[in-house]
Amino acid sequence: MNAIFEGIGASVRRKEDLRFLSGRGHYTDDMNRPGQTHCVLKRSDRPHAIITSIDTSAARAAPGVVAVFTHADLDADGVGGVPCGWQIHSKDGSPMVEPGHPVLATGRVRHVGDPVVAVIAETRQQARNAAELLVIDYQDLPAVAHIADAIAPGAALVQEAAAGNTCFDWHIGDKDLVDAAFARATHRVKLDLTNNRLVPNAMEPRAAIGDYDAMSGDYTLITTSQNPHVIRLLMGAFVLHIPEHRLRVLAPDVGGGFGSKIYHYAEEAIVTWAAGKLKRPVKWTADRSEAFMSDAHGRDHASTAEMALDAEGNFLALRVATVANLGAYLSTFAPAVPTYLSATLLAGVYKTPAIYAEVRAIFTNTVPVDAYRGAGRPESTFLLERLLDTIAHDTGIDRIELRRRNFIPTDAFPYQTPVALQYDSGDYVSTLNAALKAADWDGFAARRAEAKARGKLRGIGVSTYVEACGIAPSKLVGALGARAALYEVAQIRVHPTGSVTVFTGTHSHGQGHETTFAQLVASQLGVPFENVDIVHGDTNKIPFGMGTYGSRSLAVGGTAMVKAMDKIIAKGKKIAAHLLEASVDDIEFANGNFTVAGTDRAKSFGEIALTAYVPHNYPIEDIEPGLEETAFYDPANFTFPGGCHVCEVEVDPETGVTTVVNFTAVDDVGRVINPMIVEGQIQGGVAQGIGQALLENAVYDEQGQLVSGSFMDYTMPRADNLPNISVGTETTLCTHNALGVKGCGEVGAIGSPPAVINAVVDALKDYGVRHVNMPATSQKLWQIIQDSSAQPAVANLSSN
Amino acid sequence: MYDFAYEKPTALAAAVASLAGDMDAKALAGGQTFIPVLKQRLNKPTTVVDLAALGLVGITVTADSVTIGAMTTHGEVALSAAVQKAIPALANLASMIGDWQVRHRGTIGGSLANNDPSACYPSAVLALGATIVTDRRSIAADDYFQGMFTTALEQGEIITKVIFPIPQKAAYQKFRNPASRYAMVGVFVAKTAAGVRVAVTGAAQGGVFRHAAFEAALSANFSPDAIAGIATSADDLNSDIHASAEYRAHLIGVMAKRAVAGT
Ligand SMILES: Cc1cc2nc3c(=O)[nH]c(=O)nc-3n(C[C@H](O)[C@H](O)[C@H](O)COP(=O)(O)OP(=O)(O)OC[C@H]3O[C@@H](n4cnc5c(N)ncnc54)[C@H](O)[C@@H]3O)c2cc1C
Repeated sequence: MNAIFEGIGASVRRKEDLRFLSGRGHYTDDMNRPGQTHCVLKRSDRPHAIITSIDTSAARAAPGVVAVFTHADLDADGVGGVPCGWQIHSKDGSPMVEPGHPVLATGRVRHVGDPVVAVIAETRQQARNAAELLVIDYQDLPAVAHIADAIAPGAALVQEAAAGNTCFDWHIGDKDLVDAAFARATHRVKLDLTNNRLVPNAMEPRAAIGDYDAMSGDYTLITTSQNPHVIRLLMGAFVLHIPEHRLRVLAPDVGGGFGSKIYHYAEEAIVTWAAGKLKRPVKWTADRSEAFMSDAHGRDHASTAEMALDAEGNFLALRVATVANLGAYLSTFAPAVPTYLSATLLAGVYKTPAIYAEVRAIFTNTVPVDAYRGAGRPESTFLLERLLDTIAHDTGIDRIELRRRNFIPTDAFPYQTPVALQYDSGDYVSTLNAALKAADWDGFAARRAEAKARGKLRGIGVSTYVEACGIAPSKLVGALGARAALYEVAQIRVHPTGSVTVFTGTHSHGQGHETTFAQLVASQLGVPFENVDIVHGDTNKIPFGMGTYGSRSLAVGGTAMVKAMDKIIAKGKKIAAHLLEASVDDIEFANGNFTVAGTDRAKSFGEIALTAYVPHNYPIEDIEPGLEETAFYDPANFTFPGGCHVCEVEVDPETGVTTVVNFTAVDDVGRVINPMIVEGQIQGGVAQGIGQALLENAVYDEQGQLVSGSFMDYTMPRADNLPNISVGTETTLCTHNALGVKGCGEVGAIGSPPAVINAVVDALKDYGVRHVNMPATSQKLWQIIQDSSAQPAVANLSSN
Repeated sequence: MYDFAYEKPTALAAAVASLAGDMDAKALAGGQTFIPVLKQRLNKPTTVVDLAALGLVGITVTADSVTIGAMTTHGEVALSAAVQKAIPALANLASMIGDWQVRHRGTIGGSLANNDPSACYPSAVLALGATIVTDRRSIAADDYFQGMFTTALEQGEIITKVIFPIPQKAAYQKFRNPASRYAMVGVFVAKTAAGVRVAVTGAAQGGVFRHAAFEAALSANFSPDAIAGIATSADDLNSDIHASAEYRAHLIGVMAKRAVAGT
């Protein structure tokens, strides 16, 4: 047994890539069950309309059709609506308006893509043919798609129960303190900004297969989910009323999620319910067009941010008012995103003593919006870091100096912010210094001059950020409105010959858990890396779990593994003490060996495992045979990764085209288990951040049609849009989990957008530009340049 | 897609007969436009007539012309040493179409038959004054393009090859639509024996067009400066979420200047 030991901190190649890169992954759509039928959904092509009639007769009579279902069939079976997992209360204490979210549209359609009828046939082709024979009569209603239209007086109502289209009007912080600080401030800087709406576009579109065993009464749902247990809970308890022991949810290989596969979607309920009804498996797979109009979108905030400063540029108070577009219905975690996942981050890395934020969430006739990579933290980070540069612009204080002056000092941790969070650790000075050095900030002037000689406008931008992830303490999130817990579960099964199977409640959909977790377990138990297998994505195999999102898998799920391994080691010590005829207190465990302290008398981990399963010589009165332990871990706090991103761009003033020429990220993600995977996660996140900043935009027209509803119009970032992304880490350890880990899944998408826009604004500074909203498309920049040369005075200065 | 019959004739006459006998029969070349259209159920042909076995492939270069078979892929044109030498701008244009997968399937005949208003080839065909040869006649470029997705082709008429006269110099500049990567504005300039010709694609509602003002200015003085001061009217130009008509009008000037500079 002398295989290569791969420990913490090694860039082990990802085990899972062999099957992914050779086309042998097992995705939901790859699976087929005997007797399977195919479901096609007829979706609304209207943004807002009353359904006056649905005639299914021709569709029912079409070749191969097994069944055609409308909301009436679901109602007859008592099927519930899609639930929302987070409740927010408004300022006045009233709960948010929580309208029903029917599985199939009932009476009305509220966005293009709202599912209306499910057609189930022997083949997908037959189901599509039959769906074209449906006759649905609509009476169109006025629609609102954009924030400004939805909040305008007299706007059409998306949900009858939501006056003014308001879902809730929430706030956090101390308004009086903030008002007082503004009254005495020397500088007040104000900025209006939007956070553009995004379509997640995971590589694998969503898919689901429902199955039912009439003998046992067991249901199975195979689905593209980031959290199968959460789906089992939500769908079983609220929608279909199937108890947990009768419902198995599998999330096999999943091709990316970025948040969009957290939520419980109507299609999962339809196929599961229909499978029970028809006693045959039912499969649904989204095509890309469906994905655009049915996967929860991301972002879509409009904010006003104001900072009060003293004469030296110290922040006195921050005031923020945001309107968040939640779409037509409440997706699973939608209410949490603009509130507890965003406004609580408004201190950022700064010691702003007073903060007050208001968030009005509204309904529109658009696809529901929910968490998307970063979930609320990219929005607050963009707001703060754009505001920082705007303050520098308006006051003349150097933007780096302004940041340094207001950083939470390195010796101030744990640091309590004015907006609920307590940061446990961080060192914003060191990440800033390292990033500026790596990006050669000081050499920029020469590069700018050189670019100018080539007719290009070169700009550099910085963003310093912190985020809250590893979500997290059940008690805290419960108090904040979560209707679920957020702990994580690990079960470690040591087999008789010493190999190990780890069952985790987290789910890997590209993150490389099968490698990182195997490294973690191998290093802790001292067994070879290849002797550790990670099992995820099956509610029948894994005790429980809350899944993967919010960069929580290692910080919460990995710590649960450590807790389970602690129990394994404690038990192993008892067995070793017995075999070695020593006291338990004298047994030490290191590098896979149980040793009597101070001697060379030892038993290997494998010998102990074998003894546990073949307990011939065993303290059977004191301990049970076997070596398997489970741990539930509920962390004490969120984790707080942070860092500094520096972006350098060149703008072609003739065309408005921006090229990102350099990108440097220096992040503090806590302890790093696999540096290669961390680098990949950060690069991927930065790619999405550059996408948001320069390219991506979900555009609805005034009537509520999704104009950018395909890749012909929705600009996904591609390799040639991206620079070489240089990634570095500076580490402070998380103080409240055993590994000292923080999380790296979202930092790239959180820190990068403002760095890019700050660079763009810097590039255009000679044109008097103060702010540019995302995405900074070539057309937008060309227009800005045009307008400013028309009137060369400083444009758009709204400082007061 | 809907069900359809599939034919793969080996003789041009047979293909022409299949298409002539049935108004709803459609030719298939590289399928890069046609197959997505079928998958979205936007077209319901009775029969799909695959042109792949008609022998319409290949590139022939003579002293004064380059002839490209209709089924020749963009990839073949881009990588052809003969085209690179005779009309480098044409090989360059082909190399900028789509991505490698698209270039390995998409054909010059399919592109011209389709006449997408943001396709690249129409600009080269029009600027170089090429001739489109079909199963029944030859059509001059100036007569061929008749508005977006509209050409002089008759129902069932098959393009067999395209003959490009070799210009003195030529260049293509493409401003890609950021999402689709088709031409948001593409300008092909050519200095030919018959004079300077400038064709613009991607920009206008009616598809590819010749830019008379640029042609006149460049005929007098073939240099970027000659057209620097000439504004293009935004009337009749496309406007969408990626580019307003005014922005397109501006880009036509920039792309034309860069094309001239690049010849
Ligand atoms: C992702 C993507 C990106 C693209 N980017 C670009 C780009 O940047 N620039 C660009 O110019 N194009 C672009 N295209 C289009 C591509 O270049 C193809 O050339 C074009 O789609 C048509 O060629 P095809 O051979 O695929 O024809 P098909 O799709 O097979 O046919 C198109 C039409 O032409 C007809 N047809 C085909 N051949 C003939 C013939 N010989 N005679 C008569 N009728 C015929 C067919 O009946 C059909 O109606 C892109 C396509 C894709 C999918």
